[in-house]
Amino acid sequence: MAIFGPGSQDPWGDALGALRRIQDEMNRTLGGAGARAVATEYPPVNIWRGENGVIVAAEMPGVSIDNVEVVVHQNTLTIKGRKDADADAGAVSFHRRERATGSFARTISLPFNVDAGQVKATAEAGIVSIELPRPEADKPRRIQITTA
Amino acid sequence: MADTTSGTGANAARGAEATRNRPVFTPVADIFESEDALILVVELPGVRPNQIEVSLDKRVLTITGHGDAFGREGYSLALCEYQPGDFERAFTLSDMIDDSAIEAVLKDGVLRLTLPKAKAGPAKTINVKVG
Repeated sequence: MAIFGPGSQDPWGDALGALRRIQDEMNRTLGGAGARAVATEYPPVNIWRGENGVIVAAEMPGVSIDNVEVVVHQNTLTIKGRKDADADAGAVSFHRRERATGSFARTISLPFNVDAGQVKATAEAGIVSIELPRPEADKPRRIQITTA
Repeated sequence: MADTTSGTGANAARGAEATRNRPVFTPVADIFESEDALILVVELPGVRPNQIEVSLDKRVLTITGHGDAFGREGYSLALCEYQPGDFERAFTLSDMIDDSAIEAVLKDGVLRLTLPKAKAGPAKTINVKVG
């Protein structure tokens, strides 16, 4: 999957990533109806790429935005957080416990250096969207060709 | 912390298929009892409050949520680790529930349903007459 075109460094198209995608595909096929693809890292992310930058959307239902820390350093993005187990305060007996809780951290490599001051993060319906604009200096430039 | 589900969806259990061709997920849930209520905590990421339907028919509680794709204008998807889709799951409740006082709260993509236990009515005694 050449996301950034031939010849460019593609941090998401590495061999391990390709293997994982195959595994996800297998999970979807073998898991049958209702099974969600199992992500090896938490939180699972969808990455959107556009002219002006990248949006990283992390799915983490039940994680309060107060417990999320987004750190940008050069070309890496780190999402750290904690999913509290306080939802079951006052429980006398349990019927089912399927939701995972605890601390998590995930670092994602980006195809460009990010200007940390321009990063915006918003949360809606358990999905945290992090907007990472591409710095002006890093954007592709059209070079005017002049006749000699 | 992996997002895993087990079992088949409510749709599959009933043998019916959704008309729309999009994935229907079985949301993960915690279910527990407090002193006076049965509480369900269900994860519905990407679902807004007006896209959730909770119904209690006799003893079957069905939770349906329609996820939003959250499209990004001017952007194309480069990596997809979670799929937006619909959520559906049904539970058969064993306790008698006071269905007039069910409370539903959605926060951070998690639905919390509080189903108060019905107060036991006074026991009835039946007089047996001699025929």
